[in-house]
Amino acid sequence: MSHDRTNDPGRRRFLGLAAGAGALAATGLPGRPHAQVATKARIVILGAGAAGTALANRLVERLEGAQITIVDGGAQHWYQPGFSLIAAGLKPPSYSVSRTADWLPAGVTLKPENAAAIDPEARTIALQSGETLRYDYLIVATGLVLDHGAIEGFSLDMVGENGIGALYAGPDYAARTWKAASKFIDEGGSGLFTRPATEMKCAGAPLKHTFLIDDLARKAGTRGKSDFVYAAPQQSLFGVPIVAEKVRMLFGDRGIGTGMQETLTSIEPGAKRATFQTPNGRVERAYDYLHVIPPQRAPEVVRQSGLSWADKWTDQGWVEVDMHSLRHRRYPDIFAVGDVAGVPKGKTAASVKWQVPVVEEHLVAQIAGDTTDASYNGYTSCPLITRVGRAMLIEFDYNNNLTPSFPGIIAPLEELWISWLMKEIALKATYNAMLRGKA
Amino acid sequence: MKDLTFETLIAVFEEIFGRGLFWTMVILAAVITLAYFYVLIRDRAVSWRKFLWAQLSMPIGAVAAVLFVQKVTRSGFADIGGPIDVIVLLGVAVAGAVGLAVLVYTAESLLWPKSDSDS
Repeated sequence: MSHDRTNDPGRRRFLGLAAGAGALAATGLPGRPHAQVATKARIVILGAGAAGTALANRLVERLEGAQITIVDGGAQHWYQPGFSLIAAGLKPPSYSVSRTADWLPAGVTLKPENAAAIDPEARTIALQSGETLRYDYLIVATGLVLDHGAIEGFSLDMVGENGIGALYAGPDYAARTWKAASKFIDEGGSGLFTRPATEMKCAGAPLKHTFLIDDLARKAGTRGKSDFVYAAPQQSLFGVPIVAEKVRMLFGDRGIGTGMQETLTSIEPGAKRATFQTPNGRVERAYDYLHVIPPQRAPEVVRQSGLSWADKWTDQGWVEVDMHSLRHRRYPDIFAVGDVAGVPKGKTAASVKWQVPVVEEHLVAQIAGDTTDASYNGYTSCPLITRVGRAMLIEFDYNNNLTPSFPGIIAPLEELWISWLMKEIALKATYNAMLRGKA
Repeated sequence: MKDLTFETLIAVFEEIFGRGLFWTMVILAAVITLAYFYVLIRDRAVSWRKFLWAQLSMPIGAVAAVLFVQKVTRSGFADIGGPIDVIVLLGVAVAGAVGLAVLVYTAESLLWPKSDSDS
């Protein structure tokens, strides 16, 4: 078989195919979908968490010449969906930690301190250093604060010792929670898993922690030595009724008892006793392991600013925004996004992913003198881990409708390996892509 | 999931593996695939002897791929919960099998281009 290779038609076809594939790959990448809007607007974003960072990255792509300032005193960025995994010994604390500054785009000014006061009438932000920032548009994305002081007898330095866990408090506290939980797995006893009466971030996390510790005790062969009780102030196990029913069945299957309408009010760490407020008075429960999730509220600077709802969540202070546009109902130049927004659902990273483009559209349209019908429907997603290796990919909206991303393929109320794979492999990656404004 | 575009997928994969590793793997996969087409076109025929070895390597690729995915995700066969999980498992196995077969065939063809008994 001998012929002139340079004139080999097969070879030319092959090279043409390769060039075609390259061209297809190049055109397959969509260009920037929007033209940039030129503006001199001063935009201040309070908070460089998931919402603030994602929005900053998207706004620099959309706006030309805007002065964008982001205010956050936290040097660390926390990937909070990882806390449940850290608190089950599945990931190290470093899994959730990165640097705030590393996610911010060029052209955005980071003020590494917190706001001390917001004046929506004068359109100014006072920083803790005494500096004053003037804004044309304000994005409140401060996140929320955990009110550990509301649980009498509890303080964060107890976490990890004497059977006390509190995974919400941060990556290190999540790791200390695992220290206490793993001791409970080894020794057995009474496990008490709580959640607060307030709105909270990721309402699935208290359930995940319960399911994970149950599963790890089963795999360690010690589940027979322990009993599990999930105590919650609400009347059902989850805000979405169809999911609550599924969780009720799973709890039945796993032998996890429940105490509904029970609000944790105080603990006695020495005696290992927790006190709950119930409609029928106070109830005391003994524990060998107690998972504390404290009440959650808007930060004080937000609650003092006059931006909060006056007739809703008055003990919590979430920002009074329209639930679909996330624009403040009294100050049209202010938006709230993420945990601090006063909307009925959506204190999760998945909600942020859907909220941020809506705020982006409204803000850019407003700057351009235009309007938009971009609307947030309350979308929230929760890969509800039911054991190591399985999860339910639960997605829902304001109306408690299930809104599966993969209908007919990934069943929302089935415990599936694929949902676990998504949590394990794709979730943090998707989160990071979102932070960069690319998802 | 909102706006699951090609660009989003690329961004997610970059985050999973790190940008450098991801594109290195993409280029590696592309090079092996192109090399495979190259040897097919160069030889003008499928070498059935080489193809036999490639086929024999397929179960190894399938098992290795499944075990690899299970190891990095701390899961096992007991976690299979529904039909989609079986499909994903088979998909991983097929990808591992085909990937290794292509690699073996290409490597054989490049390293031992002349095995005249083939043609």
